[in-house]
Amino acid sequence: MKVLIPSALRSYTQSAQAEASGSTLGEVLVDLDRQYPGIRFRMIDEQHQVRRHIRIFVNGVSANGLSQLLHPSDEVVIVQALSGG
Amino acid sequence: MTTTALLVSTRKGAWIFRADATRTTWAVDGPHFLGQIISHLVLDPRDQVTLLAAAKTGHLGPTIFRSTDWGAHWQEAAQPPAFAKAPAGEVGRVVDHTFWLTPAHRNQPDVWYAGTSPQGLFRSADGGVTWAAFSGINDDPQYRAWMGSEKDGTPDGPKLHSIIVDPRDPGHLYFAMSGGGVHESLDGGMTWRVLISGMNVVDGYGFDAANPTFHDPHCLRLCPSNPDRLYQQNHCGIYRIDRPADSWVRIGKNMPEEVGDIGFTMTVHPRDDKTAWVFPMDGTEAWPRTSPDGKPAVYATHDSGETWQRQDAGMPKEQAWWTVKRQSMCCDSHDPVGLYFGTTSGELWMSRDEGRNWECLARHLPEIYAVEAAVL
Repeated sequence: MKVLIPSALRSYTQSAQAEASGSTLGEVLVDLDRQYPGIRFRMIDEQHQVRRHIRIFVNGVSANGLSQLLHPSDEVVIVQALSGG
Repeated sequence: MTTTALLVSTRKGAWIFRADATRTTWAVDGPHFLGQIISHLVLDPRDQVTLLAAAKTGHLGPTIFRSTDWGAHWQEAAQPPAFAKAPAGEVGRVVDHTFWLTPAHRNQPDVWYAGTSPQGLFRSADGGVTWAAFSGINDDPQYRAWMGSEKDGTPDGPKLHSIIVDPRDPGHLYFAMSGGGVHESLDGGMTWRVLISGMNVVDGYGFDAANPTFHDPHCLRLCPSNPDRLYQQNHCGIYRIDRPADSWVRIGKNMPEEVGDIGFTMTVHPRDDKTAWVFPMDGTEAWPRTSPDGKPAVYATHDSGETWQRQDAGMPKEQAWWTVKRQSMCCDSHDPVGLYFGTTSGELWMSRDEGRNWECLARHLPEIYAVEAAVL
């Protein structure tokens, strides 16, 4: 499925968009990390939680968590939260 | 012909300054990692080629980058420092950032140590590509108690820092925690002992000085010319210890009373264990942690802390409210020694005559977190 990549992570993908597969959001991120090693840990911490300033949307709706079920036609959008300075 | 490189880590990236043989003309290379928070950029003295950078951004998790061509290319660690996954139902810790990097003993090529925030101790055996928890303290109940909570540290998180390797013995290690005291291992990290005797704690709250959790060492330095001697800048003063003694002596009591002995950073002479430098901060009332009275100065001792001399020639004489963090002052190994510090207001200063005269190398950098010097 299509995954939109925020600018801060494009050093991994070299693109604003990537393709990844999986039946859950967690699996999609694992597949993304398989293709672009290191990218998952920048978003997901060692306790398997989405990092504080990262938001993930599925079809425009905030994801419920890494166990959320996905369909191949879904669109995943990874967003840097509007924070920092 | 030797050259000198300064590795400058900031809140918004890293810069590398390179000097000519006389340290008069400096070329700037950077920014590297523009926009990323670089806590520490360190050159491996064993090969004088490998650079490690501890990085994160405001949004993304922490990682470590590695370069073997002076930053022309950077490769991310395959497995950055990370705490163990907590058992189900328990709250596990998360590395916010790697704060400190130390190359291991010269006979252990490719071995590095890292200290994190919140406090964790990690080791790499492959030049910084993969990292694993080191020595068991990260999950040791006693150490976790001494580390305290997120509230028991600096504003951007409690830190494990000042990881020091005895140049005579790769198994003789020190580290410090803010907060959590000073710790020493004689067996390569298998076991640790507390080394806080003689160190003061903040007055007026009934804190038990025998409890490491109340101790806040800011910066430890081992003297290369005498590895039995260490100096320490602490939240509560300046100290020296001469091993095998196990008690620190507060040499900061000999600082001028109007300046005090509070600060973050400290550096030691590469060939003279009686000489060290501090950058005092204002520790009165609201703890502004700026140059006392707005008049910045380095203070030098040449007699192991018995006396201190003010060194401010070339610095502003008033209205300069500088803060210099614990990793932001260092020296090179030239004769005379070059001294360097960076301020949180983004100024990089140097002295090429052991502190007698100072000049500004760079202004308008982001908040400086660390300055490391390397003679190549």
